Amino acid sequence: MSAPSPFTLLWLQAASCGGCANAALDADPPLFLQGERLGVRTLWHPMLSAENGADLQNLLDRIGAGREPLDALVVEGAVLRGPAGSGRFQMAPGLERPMADLLRDLAGVARHVVAVGSCAAFGGVAATPGSVTEAAGLQFDGVRAGGLLPEDWRGKGGLPVINIAGCAPHPGWIVETLMALAEGTLAPADLDAFNRPRFFADHLAHHGCNRNEYYEFKASAQAPGQQGCLMENLGCKATQAPGDCNRRRWNGIGSCTNAGFACINCTSPGFTESIGPWQETPKVAGIPVGLPVDMPKAWFVALAALSKSATPNRVRKNALADHVVVPPANRPPGGS
Amino acid sequence: MSGAAPARRIVGPFNRVEGDLEVHLDLDRGRIASARVNAPLFRGFETMLDGKPPSDALVLAPRICGICSVAQSQATAKALAAAMGLAIPDNGRRAFHLLLGAENAADHLVHFHLFFMPDFTHAAYAGRPWHGRALQRFQPGAGQALVAAARLRARFFQVMGILAGKWPHSLALQPGGSSKPVDRGERSRLRALVAEFRAHVEEHLFTAPLEAFADLADRSDLARFAARHAGGDAALFLTIAADLGLAELGRAPGPALSYGAYAEAEGALLPAGLWDGKAVRPLDLAGLVEDPAHAWMAGAALHPGQGETRPDLAKPQAYSWCKAPRLNGQPVEVGALARQLIAGHPLIRALWADRGSNVESRVVARLLEIARLVPALERWAAELEPDRPFCHPAVPIETAQGVGLVEAARGGLGHWLTVEDGRIARYQIIAPTTWNFSPRDGAGMPGPLEQALVGVPVGNDEATPIAVQHVVRSFDPCMVCTVH
Repeated sequence: MSAPSPFTLLWLQAASCGGCANAALDADPPLFLQGERLGVRTLWHPMLSAENGADLQNLLDRIGAGREPLDALVVEGAVLRGPAGSGRFQMAPGLERPMADLLRDLAGVARHVVAVGSCAAFGGVAATPGSVTEAAGLQFDGVRAGGLLPEDWRGKGGLPVINIAGCAPHPGWIVETLMALAEGTLAPADLDAFNRPRFFADHLAHHGCNRNEYYEFKASAQAPGQQGCLMENLGCKATQAPGDCNRRRWNGIGSCTNAGFACINCTSPGFTESIGPWQETPKVAGIPVGLPVDMPKAWFVALAALSKSATPNRVRKNALADHVVVPPANRPPGGS
Repeated sequence: MSGAAPARRIVGPFNRVEGDLEVHLDLDRGRIASARVNAPLFRGFETMLDGKPPSDALVLAPRICGICSVAQSQATAKALAAAMGLAIPDNGRRAFHLLLGAENAADHLVHFHLFFMPDFTHAAYAGRPWHGRALQRFQPGAGQALVAAARLRARFFQVMGILAGKWPHSLALQPGGSSKPVDRGERSRLRALVAEFRAHVEEHLFTAPLEAFADLADRSDLARFAARHAGGDAALFLTIAADLGLAELGRAPGPALSYGAYAEAEGALLPAGLWDGKAVRPLDLAGLVEDPAHAWMAGAALHPGQGETRPDLAKPQAYSWCKAPRLNGQPVEVGALARQLIAGHPLIRALWADRGSNVESRVVARLLEIARLVPALERWAAELEPDRPFCHPAVPIETAQGVGLVEAARGGLGHWLTVEDGRIARYQIIAPTTWNFSPRDGAGMPGPLEQALVGVPVGNDEATPIAVQHVVRSFDPCMVCTVH
């Protein structure tokens, strides 16, 4: 009995910044360096592989003709359909054809198609209002279903395009999704309404934020560098943004909110269609427009007023400072 | 063959160049007679930034590039700070230096181990005495040194986790400083991470203290270092470079510029200047233009403070999305070599005096920069003052201009910002590879890579010539920046 053939993966860059490939390279486990141990064989990756030019063209030809089985076409970057639908804003280098055409052909032979990053998933930054490139995602155009591929498209494996959203996505989201695909355990029910894997998208970036006490008391920062909650004034959308960002942490211990800046909801389609400056919270009559998901507005207003009135002096002072100026009271163990 | 039309060859796609690249070659008797460099992707960040609130540039501009994201952030923050007339506190400056220095050192590490050295594992070199060692250390995706370097970056970028929240794409770099104050525990962790980076490159890359490499003063010093520390990967490169004559390959004539980096009260670690081939002159950007003559861009050659970005695919003479930056009418090379020339490092000055800018000197300059940056990172981390401010609040701007100049790993990066009525009225970016991989200008003058490729040998059976790959990668191109 022969060993099962490894799950094959091809990573291509559409209109991208390369940030998703760089994030993936920093992943733990190092799927793109020692993937065979995890059952994954990378046929080609833009930062790691040997093949260039003619060698790469030959590989793409073999895959396109079905001679080299492709389990996952992994795409980073938006699909540029312009100008005027021609796709010529991104020509595949050396191939003299638009990248959009190449991607459509390869999607037709792949068992799964994986969009890495919000550009490939939804258009993302490449589709920011003001863009002239007719950028879209592989199967979404912002919040609208249907991108390069139509809404009802399914890969040979039965799944729609799997959207590992984020700008850039957490390396763990990329690697763990690919491992689940390789294992054959990712089912349609494991994806949310925007086809994001639910293992990270069913959480909110807010969960585990180390500004939690400031949030609870609505003790808010007013300027970058201060320790208070970033939601009321500085544009933080972590209470609305899908992602387990503060539960798993980035680059070891980091997260956006831990580093003192707003979550910009980069895992959501249309996140670049901000209604005001990203780092300012839009308000109507003093109340933030974007309230935490699932929270009735009247309750939020009532609780915010109550918690503000109950804010301890320590929390109020520290919220506006860049380091702890009032430490928690020290109580003897077992004291009351 | 003589008398016949020169053979033409299109080379691409390239791997390990951070984006899309295609090179068109005219060949004559086994050598490149002329080259045209095409960046075949246009994303249009400059048009996306038009009309946005100025602070939104902090969100969008870093996303031009996923490998020099911090450098892009810093250029934006500096352009905004200049427009606001805002200074940053000492801690903010140290955090900026740590972030940029860490990104640049890591980019040089990744370039050497993942992008450049794997080319010497090519089957074309199977007979060379060093080929087995190259395979062992740098086989794509698997070599010992390559895998270890990638793992080192992942570990080292906990510096980014601490100081920037995440990498790539952070909002921690603000016009008034850093949004992330550092406490005493974090400062200790930063120092430990830099120490770990030093230990790794001293053990594997240099097999010597960093200072031993930083103190080299001329070519004979370099040769002695390679002999004495033959077990290191730097020495492996120097052995290969000597065997293949990489100092003769890919020569670019200069000039070279640096915007200067890591400014401190007592002066900058890397000063600004223009290297004219013999001496450093003051850098004056009054004579800077971006010339769209051979780009799919409408308009005339303009200073980036007045520049525009209007795609025009109908131009018959165009062959790239990249405009051609020119300073006083000249193409200019940027990068670690330029920085170290202008900083007056004796080794790099000696290599220039020998054979100018070439594949070997460009790579040696990056290794030298790793050796010089790490001690500076150690110092900046130690100098952080946890009880003092890291950020001044931004001030609103209605009508103002600002320029943000930084040195990314690959060279000078400039952002030119105009704000009118509280909105971005113009945002123009010239990235390092825009300089190095520029197409021809209106006078027909080729860009630095186009010049460096002339004369490079191409075998008859080489569809993707290996020497061309060495020259291309010796510039450490970042195509995604080029074609923002």
